[in-house]
Amino acid sequence: MAQRLKLEVNGTTREVETDPGRPLLDVLREDLQLTGTKFGCGEGQCRACTVLLDGAPTPSCLTPVSAAAGKRITTIEGLAGAGGTLHPVQQAFLDEGAMQCGYCTSGMILTATALLERTPEPTEAQIVDGMNNNLCRCCGYPRILAAVRRAASLRT
Amino acid sequence: MNMKGELNQEPERYELREPPRFSFALNRRLFLGSAAGAGLLIGARPAVAQNSPKAGTLSERLEIGADGRITAGTSKVETGQGSRAELTQAVAEELAVAPDQIRLIMADTARTPDDGGTAGSRTTPSTVPAMRQAAAAAREVLIGLAAKRWGVDKTRLTVRDGAVRDEQAGRSLSYADLASASEAALREAAPDGAEVVPTAEWRVLGSSLPRPNAHDIVTGRHRYPSDIRRPGMLYGHVLRPPAYGARLESIDLARAEAMRGVKAVRDGAFVGCAAPTLFEAKAAVAALAKTAQWTETAQPSSGELFDYLEKHGVERSAGRRDYRSQAQGLTEDAFAGAKQIVEARFEVPYVQHAPMEPRAACAEWEGDKLTVWTGTQQPSRVQGELAEAFRIPESSVRVIVPDMGGGFGGKHTGECAVEAARLAKAAGRPVQLRWTREEEFTWAYFRPAALIRARGGLDANGKIVAWEYENLLAGTSGLETPYDIANKRQTYRSSNSPLRVGSYRALGSTANNFGRECLMDELAQEQAKIRSRFVSPTSATSACGPCSRPPPSASAGRNPSARQSRAAASASRAARRKALMSLLARRLASRAASIALNASCRPSSAAVINPDNLRAQNEGCIVQTLGAVLHEQIRFRDGRLLNGRFSQLPGPAIQGRSAARGRPAGP
Repeated sequence: MAQRLKLEVNGTTREVETDPGRPLLDVLREDLQLTGTKFGCGEGQCRACTVLLDGAPTPSCLTPVSAAAGKRITTIEGLAGAGGTLHPVQQAFLDEGAMQCGYCTSGMILTATALLERTPEPTEAQIVDGMNNNLCRCCGYPRILAAVRRAASLRT
Repeated sequence: MNMKGELNQEPERYELREPPRFSFALNRRLFLGSAAGAGLLIGARPAVAQNSPKAGTLSERLEIGADGRITAGTSKVETGQGSRAELTQAVAEELAVAPDQIRLIMADTARTPDDGGTAGSRTTPSTVPAMRQAAAAAREVLIGLAAKRWGVDKTRLTVRDGAVRDEQAGRSLSYADLASASEAALREAAPDGAEVVPTAEWRVLGSSLPRPNAHDIVTGRHRYPSDIRRPGMLYGHVLRPPAYGARLESIDLARAEAMRGVKAVRDGAFVGCAAPTLFEAKAAVAALAKTAQWTETAQPSSGELFDYLEKHGVERSAGRRDYRSQAQGLTEDAFAGAKQIVEARFEVPYVQHAPMEPRAACAEWEGDKLTVWTGTQQPSRVQGELAEAFRIPESSVRVIVPDMGGGFGGKHTGECAVEAARLAKAAGRPVQLRWTREEEFTWAYFRPAALIRARGGLDANGKIVAWEYENLLAGTSGLETPYDIANKRQTYRSSNSPLRVGSYRALGSTANNFGRECLMDELAQEQAKIRSRFVSPTSATSACGPCSRPPPSASAGRNPSARQSRAAASASRAARRKALMSLLARRLASRAASIALNASCRPSSAAVINPDNLRAQNEGCIVQTLGAVLHEQIRFRDGRLLNGRFSQLPGPAIQGRSAARGRPAGP
């Protein structure tokens, strides 16, 4: 049965009427038109669908929308600052050309954002470990790692 | 150029055998009248019928806006391999403007000239030159117009920053002014023979222009095919058979139709639902599935695959499309006279492309005219598939391909577009259909499996004098050995593939290069033995060929990877393969990224259009290949995939989590 849920998405409260068991991914993409979050596998394996829930990287394909209610939801669309200033991680991915098809990019950027919030000066091993759940089938990993390193240096 | 025009790129023959997959009953009367009503979409330019860009007029390829910005068109798509940047550079270079002055429209059958599909690595060698030629011709026309206006000779005029300049007289005319005053000139056939900017004078080509829409990607603004949203749009989901070859006997649509907002469709073997949300569409399909009666037939399994391929190989018969054999010299005689013969058999598994974005399409009907946004490498072919499926003229079908989430040769077909259009037709509303990962693994086509048998013969001096190579199902790319061997026979034979097969990055050469080079390695071992007979015991370094004893410094074990490499080269075939895989797996596990950087190809001596893009492609290809080599073997039984999910078959990750889960496979 549909329920009314209040979602705090990118700093704005949005109300949706939906089956509470629906994946957060679908609600973002279909009800809120936030298509920057991507479907990749539906089983939390590729992390293309990563969003931040209270700052923690979370696969939105496996998260029922009801579980996101009451939490701060950040999607790729909410990362840039006022006036469109890119977040340092977005800027680093841009500067390093860390994308081929770019379909995994939003998940990569949000995962890296959470990693650097948690660990502002990560070691190489921490970067590898933090990014290892995200798949890129174009296999542009060298540049993705370079972008995370660059983002870390931009922030410090 | 279309497939026919690209003479130097023969499509893999197995692709030509792909049968049509849809046979809709529909209401024939509905479509009989549509041919007469065929027309162009409002606001769109006509598609160019000719395949050669040269044959068209300049305005079909290029437009100069009142603001001076240049719009260029191509049927090529961007799957992530840098075509958008390279083609933008091509136009900017020849028209001497900054790349940000170019707006490149890719793959819209109603607006862009037909350069063929995006396949066979042809965009850089074929379409970049075509773009340059068109832009150079436009430049010459603009110079001619300015010369006429000023009454001066063309040769004293130059172009820079979007204007034709007469430096002697200190005057200039912008492209926009020239084009708006002389539109007719741009509508004439493009002049032949305009000279392109010589490599030594490149300003934009040869530089590492970043992807032009990169900003939209890092902000999530770019709309991929699965992101297209239209007013009133529904979401679709399709009922798939439980197994390959399963036939639908009966199904009851009533339960799904009774669900709120759901439209259920059965048309022949096609069954699907459209609903206001994907969640509801899936629930409706799940309800339908419970009522479906299927008949399954026995299907081969991956365990018996290579026997099956052998048993069903087509006859060796000249003239068949699914057979090709080339012979040179006297192969049988050469083998008979050979001092030593090395034989090999290689089994190559099926591999799935698994692009990050599964197949997706958004279809919208307006009367009997159809527009589909979809992720395909072959917009024109998909336009044809749609026209055929719905029995409407191609001119009533518009296919638009937004930059998509990967292809790797796996998106040459339009099944998702046809399915979305069928659902949209039934629902009377636009429908977005995006395949699930399981659908993409199971129902998209695979890189062909292959059985390769090969042998090589050496004479007493270790020279290769005879070569015989045959692959079943791999295809013809890379079939011919590049080595100088006087007597050889090289054959491709098709077989009855249990799984649907099609193009894959580098086509059949992935299997053929593997088979050929492995056999060469084994021949080299025998050659080394022959050579070692002539080595003087005092000359320690002279025999350090590929398979000889390692030099003392390395055998001391300070360089584990060098030691492992040598071990790989000197063991027996099975052990060697195992050692090689273990070496690769270990390296992948330790740091896939560094492999790519270290192994990256040397720069080509040819002019490089976009060096950074070339580097990125090299890096990505190398790491991606490791996935296919190490652990992406598709396994199947009773018509079902046993590992058609990322949790079972995830491909390379940064730290090789996949290697731990997957099972090592062949190439």
